[in-house]
Amino acid sequence: MTDLPTGVERRTFDGAERLATRGEPVYGEPTDDEWRAWNPHRSKLGAMLELGMETGLAGGETALYLGAAAGTTVSHVADFAGPTYAVEFAARPLRDLLDAVESRPRLFPLLADARAPEEYAHVVEPVDVIVQDVATRGQAAVAATNARFLRPDGRLLLAVKARSEDVTAAPEAVFEGALDELRETYEIVETARLEPYHGDHLGVVARPDIES
Amino acid sequence: MTDGTPSTTGWFAGVDPDDVDAAAERIRTGGADQPEDWPSLAVEQGFATDEDDYYDSLHEASVAAAGAGVRERELADDQQLIHAVRAMDDCERTANELAERVAEWAGSRFADSGTGVEYARELAEHQGGDPADPAEERLVALAGRVADLAEEAEDLRAFVTETTPAVAPNLAAMAGPVLAARLVALAGGLASLAKKPSGTVQVLGAEDALFAHLRGSAPSPKHGVIYTHEYVHGTHPDERGSTARALAGKLTIAARVDHYSGERKPELDAELDERIATIRARTGDDPPTSGGKNGGDGS
Repeated sequence: MTDLPTGVERRTFDGAERLATRGEPVYGEPTDDEWRAWNPHRSKLGAMLELGMETGLAGGETALYLGAAAGTTVSHVADFAGPTYAVEFAARPLRDLLDAVESRPRLFPLLADARAPEEYAHVVEPVDVIVQDVATRGQAAVAATNARFLRPDGRLLLAVKARSEDVTAAPEAVFEGALDELRETYEIVETARLEPYHGDHLGVVARPDIES
Repeated sequence: MTDGTPSTTGWFAGVDPDDVDAAAERIRTGGADQPEDWPSLAVEQGFATDEDDYYDSLHEASVAAAGAGVRERELADDQQLIHAVRAMDDCERTANELAERVAEWAGSRFADSGTGVEYARELAEHQGGDPADPAEERLVALAGRVADLAEEAEDLRAFVTETTPAVAPNLAAMAGPVLAARLVALAGGLASLAKKPSGTVQVLGAEDALFAHLRGSAPSPKHGVIYTHEYVHGTHPDERGSTARALAGKLTIAARVDHYSGERKPELDAELDERIATIRARTGDDPPTSGGKNGGDGS
């Protein structure tokens, strides 16, 4: 089991040990003083940490979160990371995210399309980590076009959703295709299926391929 | 947009640090090709006193920008869409009715008269100059009204096509924007469409046939307005009930996702494509072409 980033701890909620961060609750999760449980069933990054993947997260890094939705995961990221940019294209979930942003002064919401980084490159600075959880076809392409934001020693933490790419193909085939495409821009560090937390999802840790 | 500013310009360039609205506007409409170390640049350029000050300003401006963007998108609301799609249908129907009147009248005067909106348009264009008598003047003027109404119907259709994806992205992608708008209109709103069972969505627009069936005088309708979708009318008649049921099921889910979350879920389209292909394989029909966006629009 790799070390958890500073600001993420295992704490006991209702007799069970769970991941937790410090911050205002966002989605009705159990709390204990200022700590709130991080539900890996509702968060791919939570699942990646729970499964002990080599995320390279230490705490305090600058983060770009693609596919922030209503803020379930990005709120936990903002709890332990530094300045965190949250990109979401759909208006309705972003409205909910604005509630989570209120108590997090270093979380910046951006209503923008993750497939068009030119729309937010005038706001987002180079970051230490990109977390990506977008439910759209072309997930590898989104990771590739956003590589411009990643510092040379940064990490990409990606959850590939097989059913977003092709519901008819076997998930393994979809994952292989996505990884092949990712290798054009990134060096893959580790992959793991996110079962039992998320079916047909592949967690990927990657770093920029300096030679490419 | 970026009003020609160089691509290395941050959102804060030229913005008064106290003017949150201007900063929010730049966040919403600006852009750059590459990220830069914006916090340091902002301090260098005197926008912020230090990094903390910069992030405080960015937080305030980004929250304002996101809030404004959300409000603007949500103003594209379902009630406006319902008015527009109903007006579109009214214009089309009225244009066709009046075109029949024009054709009948013109038939009494011109040997080469035609029919339909297209003929009314020709008549308005070519006979406009110098009417032979007061009756012809009125006939040509009426033909002009028909042409205008038909044009308004086209403009309304363009508006509906553009607006529906903002109101109901998944439903629009799956049904095609015009059919999606019709379904929302028949249900009376996206919220009530999202609450309807799939069996009701399947026969929306076939109320006459449904009540005839409930009185015991007719078979149950297999489909309502969703008949205009290629997946229903393009399927062998023996299997149309099956494809209508499958389509209605997925449209119902799409409407619920649109109403309750608003997030685009492309996998819904793909699941429907797969299901239709399976049903069509039974009768040897061609599998659907990709995407499911080829839904008819019921014109």
